[in-house]
Amino acid sequence: MILRRFTILFYLAFLILPLYWLLNLSFKTTFEITTTMTLFPVAPTLRNYVYIFTNPQWFGGLLFSIGYVVLNTIISITVALPAAYAFSRYRFLGDKHLFFWLLSNRMAPAAIFALPYFNLYSAVGLFDSIWAVALAHCIFNVPLAVWILEGFMSGVPREIDETAFLDGYSLPSFFVRVYVPLIASGIGVAAFFCFMFSWVELLLARTLTNNRAIPAIMTQAISATGIDWGLLAAAGVLTSIPGALVIWFVRNHIARGFALGRV
Amino acid sequence: MQKPVDNRAWFLVAPVFLLVAFNALLPLMTVVNYSVQDTFGNNQFFWNGVQWYAELLNPDSEFGGRFYAALGRSFAYSGVILALEVPIGLMVALSMPKRGAKLAACLVLMALPLLLPWNVVGIIWQLYARDNIGLFGWTVNAIGIPFNYTNNAVASWIVVVLMDVWHWTSLIALLCYAGLKSIPDAYYQAARIDGASRWLVFRRIELPKLQRVLTIGILLRFMDSFMIYTEPFVVTGGGPGNYTTFLSIDLVKIALGQFDLGKAGAMSIVYTLITLSLCWLFYTAITTRDSREIAG
Repeated sequence: MILRRFTILFYLAFLILPLYWLLNLSFKTTFEITTTMTLFPVAPTLRNYVYIFTNPQWFGGLLFSIGYVVLNTIISITVALPAAYAFSRYRFLGDKHLFFWLLSNRMAPAAIFALPYFNLYSAVGLFDSIWAVALAHCIFNVPLAVWILEGFMSGVPREIDETAFLDGYSLPSFFVRVYVPLIASGIGVAAFFCFMFSWVELLLARTLTNNRAIPAIMTQAISATGIDWGLLAAAGVLTSIPGALVIWFVRNHIARGFALGRV
Repeated sequence: MQKPVDNRAWFLVAPVFLLVAFNALLPLMTVVNYSVQDTFGNNQFFWNGVQWYAELLNPDSEFGGRFYAALGRSFAYSGVILALEVPIGLMVALSMPKRGAKLAACLVLMALPLLLPWNVVGIIWQLYARDNIGLFGWTVNAIGIPFNYTNNAVASWIVVVLMDVWHWTSLIALLCYAGLKSIPDAYYQAARIDGASRWLVFRRIELPKLQRVLTIGILLRFMDSFMIYTEPFVVTGGGPGNYTTFLSIDLVKIALGQFDLGKAGAMSIVYTLITLSLCWLFYTAITTRDSREIAG
């Protein structure tokens, strides 16, 4: 019992300390950061936050990022739903190979795609728009969504489908009116993971835009005169907030969500 | 129960197939195209055959040596990551509070690092581990151990490994916790009646039930650490020297830094083939076990 409590406390301290340090530095001036070492700001300042909030590029970047994340989540879930249904209910030519090929794309290194994506999305005229990033992020989010949804769908007994078809439902109307409500929690989990992986990805988002995604704007804190540590820390704190908000909203479902419908 | 065979199901998967093919096959063809050509600039390409591949796979050439070194570092990194994160994640999952506000607080805190943009993770660890301004680096120095990750190879590895443990152990822990929650109480009661020790309960009840989530967790962690780019790039930029230049970092350096398209193309293809075969190993491991479970 004591060992368990010790493990958890130690682990939580390990998680919190770097976050606390980020928060601490964000309320200091860079001069204070580089000259003294204190556990809390001696002369707390909001200068870093004021700078960010008065800079229109910053707010634009935040909206831009949220835009492509939401768009990507919607696209991924929409196309993944029928596909996951097909995988969970039918056998068809090449199904196993197709499933593996899809999953292998979730594992493909983004670094490989950076340059070809730049060419591809410039060629189709989507470069520097939320569509480019939203579509590009589909390469890892669509397979993930298919895989998670397939797990949840396989947990629904097939008798439900058969009864509904006997009752005269067509496949689309059965799907929308009966099936989707049944796996609503699965859709929630898939959407959460899509949001998460699109929000945290940086390499493709930066390659496909002209420094408009929020992560790219943060590099502005690094200028020729050196790194503005305080500004960087404040930027880090602000970019952590959307993720923290999402977690706060789903806090009662985390345990079930991470079961992915497959445990 | 067997699933019915119906090839019309292809209509249902067609949107996914088209979308992923647009994103995966088209760019991959571009890469293959680059990998067999050379250029003197000005968009003029000429045929180069398998020269780039030959150079890449020859450990004695400069390019090949660089590739094998980066590949070795990537494998070593993934190995260290798994060796640390899996046991720690398991231990944390087994130690979670049972219920109430403490549990909710643990879950929220543990999920938080997973939702941070990857460059923010890098920034956090840069601010935390630097010897002059970071709490961690400063403390280690203060107790008399010289620690500066910008010029010491060992220190830079400690930082990138600790960073990943900080970032991702919670994923393993949350997966395992979800798995543990699904074990019915009756199992534990039966074990108590039989007088089983804590170790036996873990070995005979919990571990078998966790096998599935653990495989998923290991697969995700292995693949993501094998293709890691952003976090170490932000913290160390691949340095000092090349000590933390993992495969992805090296690839981006060649492709977008030096614009050496032929070399980058060949390296991308080999890199893809390596991940693909590893992915296939894991996939067959998971699916054969599933079919055995159904059969048994």
